[in-house]
Amino acid sequence: MADWLQAEVREVVPETPSAATLRLAVPGWRGHTAGQHLDVRLTAEDGYTAQRSYSIASAPEDGDPAITVERLDDGEVSPYLVDEAQPGDHLEVRGPVGGWFVWLASRGGPLLLVAGGSGIVPLMAMLRHRANVRSDAPARLLLSARRPRDVIYAPELPTVGAEIVHTYTREAPPGWTGYARRVDRAMLEEVAFAPAERPWVFVCGATAFVESVAEDLVALGHHASRIRTERFGATGG
Amino acid sequence: MEERRLDGNAVAGMLSRVLAVDATTVVGTCAGCGAREAVGETLVYADGPGVVLRCPGCEGVVMRFAEIRGRLVADMRGMATMTF
Repeated sequence: MADWLQAEVREVVPETPSAATLRLAVPGWRGHTAGQHLDVRLTAEDGYTAQRSYSIASAPEDGDPAITVERLDDGEVSPYLVDEAQPGDHLEVRGPVGGWFVWLASRGGPLLLVAGGSGIVPLMAMLRHRANVRSDAPARLLLSARRPRDVIYAPELPTVGAEIVHTYTREAPPGWTGYARRVDRAMLEEVAFAPAERPWVFVCGATAFVESVAEDLVALGHHASRIRTERFGATGG
Repeated sequence: MEERRLDGNAVAGMLSRVLAVDATTVVGTCAGCGAREAVGETLVYADGPGVVLRCPGCEGVVMRFAEIRGRLVADMRGMATMTF
């Protein structure tokens, strides 16, 4: 039985024009596994409550959780968390939750991560965990973003010890020679580990993105039981 | 329709209220088609008055949940067995 815990915002770190990381202090937090999420509940003065799920961005070894939130302009919760939350603010959290979409270094690799936009958040927790415990599991992240300034964790990505492959769907940097299209089967065939290497595959992003990537991976011969998916959907926020 | 669809990971928090174990790793057998899937793999529609979980194989309803006056009501007729 999971109860709501009182959390305090310790730090707000802007990541992109539309996303921010909130480092939380959560007395009673019992630790998490990379890939899990938590539920956030906000209560207005009149008693109205709103609740959303956010992926945990920090590694288990980092202690109290950090979440990275992308602002949805017509959302009820994310604009507050991204634009208005300040150190010292209080909110309630429940978690960690989810044991399906998780990776522990003890599972080994290779590890193939495919992210659409803010779908990178739980995958970054896996990469940070892998780096913290000095796992030797080969890891590759294919990250689809609209344009360079939308890439969350951009300064940290080159230092995390994994192969990072970017694709930009709207606007690539000047002189870019890499991928500049949506993730498709041909791209996955080039980037993914061979199915014979039996990689663990984690795919996270908007529903249509996740489903098309998972379908392509199965068509390329990856075993469905090694592919784990998490859909963000397009509602709520 | 498609963008409304989530997966079983989205109900982990709600079910953590009432289950002693993580719901997403529970393996269920669909009463309709017999497919065995983890709850984390089910297709979830959560933007209606209740939450509906569908089988990724046949899209039949396997579980429904509704919160009524602070209590969680579960209809699991579509799940033949659950392995914890």
